[in-house]
Amino acid sequence: MSIRFGLLTLLQQRPMYGYQLRQEFESSTGSTWPLNIGQVYTTLSRLERDGLVVVTDEGDESQHVYAISDAGRISVHDWFATPIQPSAPPRDELAIKLALAIRTPGVDVRSVIQAQRTSTVRTLQEYTRSREAAGEDLSWLLVADSLIFSAEAEIRWLDHCETRLVRHAARATGSERPAHQPVAIEEGAKK
Amino acid sequence: MTEAILELRSVTRVHGHDETAVRALDGASLAVNAGELVAVMGPSGSGKSTLLNLAGGLDSPTSGDVIVEGKRLGDLSRSGLAELRRRSIGYVFQSLNLIPSLTAIENVMLPRELDGASTRRARRDALRALDAVTMAQLADRFPDDMSGGQQQRVAIARALVGDRRLVLADEPTGALDSQTGEDVLRLLRARCDAGAAGVLVTHEARHAGWADRVVFLRDGTMVDETAPMASAESLIAGVSQ
Repeated sequence: MSIRFGLLTLLQQRPMYGYQLRQEFESSTGSTWPLNIGQVYTTLSRLERDGLVVVTDEGDESQHVYAISDAGRISVHDWFATPIQPSAPPRDELAIKLALAIRTPGVDVRSVIQAQRTSTVRTLQEYTRSREAAGEDLSWLLVADSLIFSAEAEIRWLDHCETRLVRHAARATGSERPAHQPVAIEEGAKK
Repeated sequence: MTEAILELRSVTRVHGHDETAVRALDGASLAVNAGELVAVMGPSGSGKSTLLNLAGGLDSPTSGDVIVEGKRLGDLSRSGLAELRRRSIGYVFQSLNLIPSLTAIENVMLPRELDGASTRRARRDALRALDAVTMAQLADRFPDDMSGGQQQRVAIARALVGDRRLVLADEPTGALDSQTGEDVLRLLRARCDAGAAGVLVTHEARHAGWADRVVFLRDGTMVDETAPMASAESLIAGVSQ
């Protein structure tokens, strides 16, 4: 992930100490992706090595103040101008789990789906609440919306999986009951 | 706040008889407390709307009990039930059902007037309800002269006018765009935070995200529900760590 570009972008505003960068990064993203200070300094030293930041003479021996270089500014500009393209689909544990569940005897796939749905809806409730608590902080609202939309997409996909599963089962048993129709009661079914 | 405003006890609703019988709802139990918003999710045909109609006294269960503010709906006379529906329960449906020949405030006054309140009193209550949904400034507009979002706000004001403490919402965001739909949910949430009990039926997870608890229906049966939420304060503390 682009801690690298995150820090570089923040340095474009003004020169900063490492700990300030960490604070600014976290407050911009609603503390969704916490950084440890070690990551910050490792990233800064790589950026310095690559000529994208320079150490100013404002700090002292123990604390460096970092500033962005011209090459760094170009790099930030390119980052914003270029769409993010994952090179391959990221490995999705849930998709793998369901794909294997339908091939594994004795696994009730609908229960697996429901357990995940309940859990993800719950996560969605929490995101919704913390977004409401975020007030007017636009950066954090955007991050929270992103989390909410991802969770929503996962739930929609789970709904879709379940429909597919029910249709598939219906076809396999020769019954043509559509997935979403209520089940007709068998004669003599108990109340 | 543990006062149950709505309670369903092993509620079953069967449509039709014998071979054609369909169990629209099968042994559903649910309690919704004052201050609580509960979302009911499930695919179409899972029994969501049946549950809401039973909760609102618009339909009667084949077996089981529906209790609103301590009253068993099955024990009430026809007129008693009608009165309870008017006084205790507010409905927000996907279709807005505002009366086009009445202004916003007249629409909101209507249930109060049907309930025997004086015009002055009904007007005062209606204005307060409109104010709560930030629609007081459009009180004298007709529905046709309002946007979909504004009409839905008026419909919510009408659902909550007076001291009705149970609000039942069936896909209340209907065809509204996502931002306006969100405003409607924020409003519903606020009404529950102010002490109403709410039941929200939806197939949209993003809307269910506003609830304190989410119940999942499948083929008329409750298959799962989310654990109750922690208090908002502890969540904020969690985020700012």
